[in-house]
Amino acid sequence: MHLILFFLFAGFCLAGAINLLLQTHPINSALSLIVVMTSLAVLYLLLGAEFLAIAQIIVYSGAVMVLFTFVVMLLNAGREERTLGSRAAARVGFPAVVVIFAVLATIVLHMQGIGSAHFGQGLSNAPGQSNLELLSQVLFHELLLPFEVTSVLILIAILGAVALAHVEGSKIPESGRTAEK
Amino acid sequence: MSFLQHDVPLSWYLLLSAVLFSLGVVGFLIKRNLITVFMSIELMLNAVNLSFVTFAYQWHEVRGQIFVFFVMMVAAAEAAVGLAIIIAVFRARSTLAVDRIDLMKL
Repeated sequence: MHLILFFLFAGFCLAGAINLLLQTHPINSALSLIVVMTSLAVLYLLLGAEFLAIAQIIVYSGAVMVLFTFVVMLLNAGREERTLGSRAAARVGFPAVVVIFAVLATIVLHMQGIGSAHFGQGLSNAPGQSNLELLSQVLFHELLLPFEVTSVLILIAILGAVALAHVEGSKIPESGRTAEK
Repeated sequence: MSFLQHDVPLSWYLLLSAVLFSLGVVGFLIKRNLITVFMSIELMLNAVNLSFVTFAYQWHEVRGQIFVFFVMMVAAAEAAVGLAIIIAVFRARSTLAVDRIDLMKL
């Protein structure tokens, strides 16, 4: 069962990622990225990360991708132009990708002591303790300060986004209103 | 049918993560639209998250999952700020093609 689910959703992941590269319209790329992220949520579930699976769907497939699609529609982004790209990308970038992938694949395939995933096996060694219980114990006791600091980070990000996207003098609503008339 | 009863080796998850990361880098290099380049970065972040979760499973260490949680929060903040920058660039240049956005000055 685990094997079938793994192959199914790993296949979705790869298909979505390749489709993201092949599509020329940004909205199609955004929709393929949603497929990748939702399939990754299922893989997290298979690896015993229930909380992260839900967070992945809410934060990534939900919030982040809504922002992306919203910006694509707001800016009316059309079909991207096919250009040759930079020479630096062709000469350094692609060989570097091949090298990175070869090194990663070699390390992963020769890694000693790496086990296999059983369906439904938890992280905790204690019986009856769920992964969520374990995670919340560590997150809200030992790592409470970093957790609270991230709320400040999010707040600063919100203020930064508003400051960056804000139009000075607010001329846009006025002209928009006259254009509607 | 005994083939279907087998467990999945964790190295396959890591290999999937490596493939997704490489596809993200390739997308970063070949895409010519600012928004799609940004999406490739998100793809790379997700690939790294998958390997974090895999290693957390392997070593029975819940801190790996908590790290992924923090990566997600930082990525959400990064997406909000990055997209605001894209909107500001589009207002100044009226284009999203990365070849046309080659000056730091807006």
